[in-house]
Amino acid sequence: MFKFFEPNKIFQITSKAPKYVLLLFIIVLSIGLTEALFLSPEDYKQSDAVRIMYVHVPAAWISLGIFTSVTFLSIFGFIFKNKNFFLIAKSLAPSGFVFNIIALVTGAIWGKPTWGTWWAWDARITSMLILLLFYAMYLISWRIYETEEKVFKITTFITILGIINVPIIKYSVDWWNTLHQPASINILSKSTIHSSMLYPLLIMTAAFALFSLLIFLMKYNTELIKIKNKGLDRL
Amino acid sequence: MINEIISMNGYEAYVISAFSFTLLSFSALYLITKTQFIKEQDKFVAKFGSLNSEKAKSAKSQRINKEILADATNN
Repeated sequence: MFKFFEPNKIFQITSKAPKYVLLLFIIVLSIGLTEALFLSPEDYKQSDAVRIMYVHVPAAWISLGIFTSVTFLSIFGFIFKNKNFFLIAKSLAPSGFVFNIIALVTGAIWGKPTWGTWWAWDARITSMLILLLFYAMYLISWRIYETEEKVFKITTFITILGIINVPIIKYSVDWWNTLHQPASINILSKSTIHSSMLYPLLIMTAAFALFSLLIFLMKYNTELIKIKNKGLDRL
Repeated sequence: MINEIISMNGYEAYVISAFSFTLLSFSALYLITKTQFIKEQDKFVAKFGSLNSEKAKSAKSQRINKEILADATNN
């Protein structure tokens, strides 16, 4: 059933892909930065401070997306006893962690001119900070536990606990009175963002997604070589 | 006109610092990941080089090992 996920087959693709992904990332990022910094209009209320949105929002989206993927991969790995799912999850996590930090820091930088404060213990911001703690626990677990069985169990447990926080992050702005504004982009209902701002935002999201793919590929290749290094020791 | 674009209505310090932080984080993560990859690849090549001919032949029968070696020599 999971023959496609065999490391030997995947390595043929993942070893060659990074250079092409890097090139594509540089192209898309250049277009995105030009749009975000120079071509997109200023906001009628926030003026040019709105440009921070083009790094803050994609970073937050991708960190949430990666954590959700890591959780499902860990659960599948646990159910189907497939080690490769854990390896994919482990390789995805570092970029999710960094995107989470970017979302928090750029959010603080955006908060100062718009709310008058760098930080508030607001539901959205606090729940994003909690997500960062789950990312940290997940990554630390891979470092401190040596036996595979134990690390698989513990990381799956951390992600299952952490995934409860994901809908809280998403709906925190609707459930509580928060400083953070409600979502401007909705899949199921009409978005309240103008296309002149939406397109640069989508281009930047594509660039960020390509970057996380690039880091994932490099990290996954590193993990496979690590396994092969252990294999050479046993020869 | 150019001054207006650069000054960003007085928000340039916030906008530039947010974008700079993002790009610096990207560069740091890329460099750390690349360094880890090269370190592991070098370790593999060194270990492979220390194998006797029989073990090297057996290791080379695995396609993935051949690909790692080819990738290491290309880099």
